[in-house]
Amino acid sequence: MPEFMAGLIPQFVMDWWMTAPGWFTYLATTLFKILLVTIVVILCVAFSTYFERKVIGSMQARVGPNRVGWKGLLQPFADVFKLLFKEVIVPSQSSRFLYVIAPLLSLTPALAAWAVIPMNNWFVIADINAGLLYVLALTSVGVYGVILAGWATNSKYALLGAMRSAAQIVAYEIAMGFALVGVLMAGGSLNIGDIVEKQAGGFSNWFLLPLFPLFVVYWIAGVAETNRAPFDVAEGESEIVAGFHVEYSGVAFALFFLAEYANMILISTLTAVFFLGGWASPFEGWAIFEPYHDLPFVGWFFGGGFPWLFIKMAFFMYVFFWLRATFPRYRYDQIMRLGWKVFIPVTIVWIAVEGAMAWFQVGPWAATGG
Amino acid sequence: MLHSIVFYVFAGIMFLGALGVVFSRNPVHAVMFLVFTFFNAAILWLLAEAEFLAIVLVLVYVGAVMVLFLFVVMMLEVDVEAAKRGLTRYAPLGVGLALIMAFELINVIWLRGQMANVDSGFKPNPEGYSNTEALGAVLYTEHVYAFEIAAVILLLAIIAAITLTMRRRPGLKVQNIAKQVAVTAKDRIRVVKMDAEKKQ
Repeated sequence: MPEFMAGLIPQFVMDWWMTAPGWFTYLATTLFKILLVTIVVILCVAFSTYFERKVIGSMQARVGPNRVGWKGLLQPFADVFKLLFKEVIVPSQSSRFLYVIAPLLSLTPALAAWAVIPMNNWFVIADINAGLLYVLALTSVGVYGVILAGWATNSKYALLGAMRSAAQIVAYEIAMGFALVGVLMAGGSLNIGDIVEKQAGGFSNWFLLPLFPLFVVYWIAGVAETNRAPFDVAEGESEIVAGFHVEYSGVAFALFFLAEYANMILISTLTAVFFLGGWASPFEGWAIFEPYHDLPFVGWFFGGGFPWLFIKMAFFMYVFFWLRATFPRYRYDQIMRLGWKVFIPVTIVWIAVEGAMAWFQVGPWAATGG
Repeated sequence: MLHSIVFYVFAGIMFLGALGVVFSRNPVHAVMFLVFTFFNAAILWLLAEAEFLAIVLVLVYVGAVMVLFLFVVMMLEVDVEAAKRGLTRYAPLGVGLALIMAFELINVIWLRGQMANVDSGFKPNPEGYSNTEALGAVLYTEHVYAFEIAAVILLLAIIAAITLTMRRRPGLKVQNIAKQVAVTAKDRIRVVKMDAEKKQ
């Protein structure tokens, strides 16, 4: 914890904290961190719906939400309350337990994956060595919510949506995994904090340049994994109404909505962390900015910090909406072709190229000296 | 102490989950019980500080294999009545096999218990020990040939499975994507110049 926070806490609290048992302080700090990250993620979800509607509105020469609150800023909360007060209807022929648990199964992995993501150089809930694998495992588990929702509602449209989504996610997961193998080779560690540290030292050290094809593959596969346009055949309003969540209403639907946006934010953050240096500043290596690194409020701009991660995440969220406003929906067979026949070969070739780069010690491998 | 409690709690839940796989009537529920069992197995591995195995179990089995399983099971129309009809006929064989397997398992565990000096808990690893790193260090040096032979065998299995199931069906319409992409407006549209017609 940095120095400036120490002054904010009263002395008697600090004294009591020092004498409290170790397991208690550990549990309390961990719970506090989890709560903090979850609340921030959920707030980000709320405002990214507003962001999305504003962005797409401006791209289509509309105003977007502008009625609730100043410039429509309270619109997300109006939506949330609307969904909370709606009736939840469980179809009579559905598999009740799975129907209820499916939205939770899709939301939990989307939130749990945040445990290993470093927000800046000291804030991370669990600094584990297999962080990258953990993220990969959890993003792959999220598909159960969609499949079970499709099956448990006992509706043909929902089942079709679930099937499409399952095939799509399994296909793109492989490309995503291979792209992360490339990141792992460049970072030399499975610890996400270490991967970010390795990219420190300015824009030229980010993995964006040496791993550019993998970055493109990872990002597009991420869009496909979250079932967003132009890969949203799982919802496909014009063909199968709303796909897997067609029978969900009220809070249950809100949970799916939350899961989708939490996943988008997660993918945006992960792309920023793996390829754009996470919380690192692009001006880090510049000697002329060196004295400004420790400035109280703007130091992060030159020295790196959480705001940079947030800016990068917001940029990728913008790209999500940009893609949605720009491209028509992919045809299903084209999605499969892109995943299996284009992305997987590209990643395999680039892993081989990376092997060559490591052998000749260029790019991120230059400093290590083999 | 805490370690043992956590172990027995999750082992117990895992056991119940495994029973659920066997006894649930609905195949989709059975698959979900299996996923649940896998998760508990992963937790047990985490307790043994084998985080690589634990995460890979979730990644590969839960994230990919069981999704495909679920995919197939949802598509299948399972006739429960037909399965029940054969039950009495095959019951003696099934019970016999189960007994043999149970005997073998107990035998192995009992014999091992006799020979090995069993600890009550897992041995704690030294500080900074990374299971993933340790596994990689052995896999890519000492056992590199076995590792690569296994990889080649798996690749062979993939190719064999695809060649066995891929059949050229007559009359199948196939798209040539390169051709589709190369299409220009000129190939599809012909602009015809016509004189304006006189009013009748």
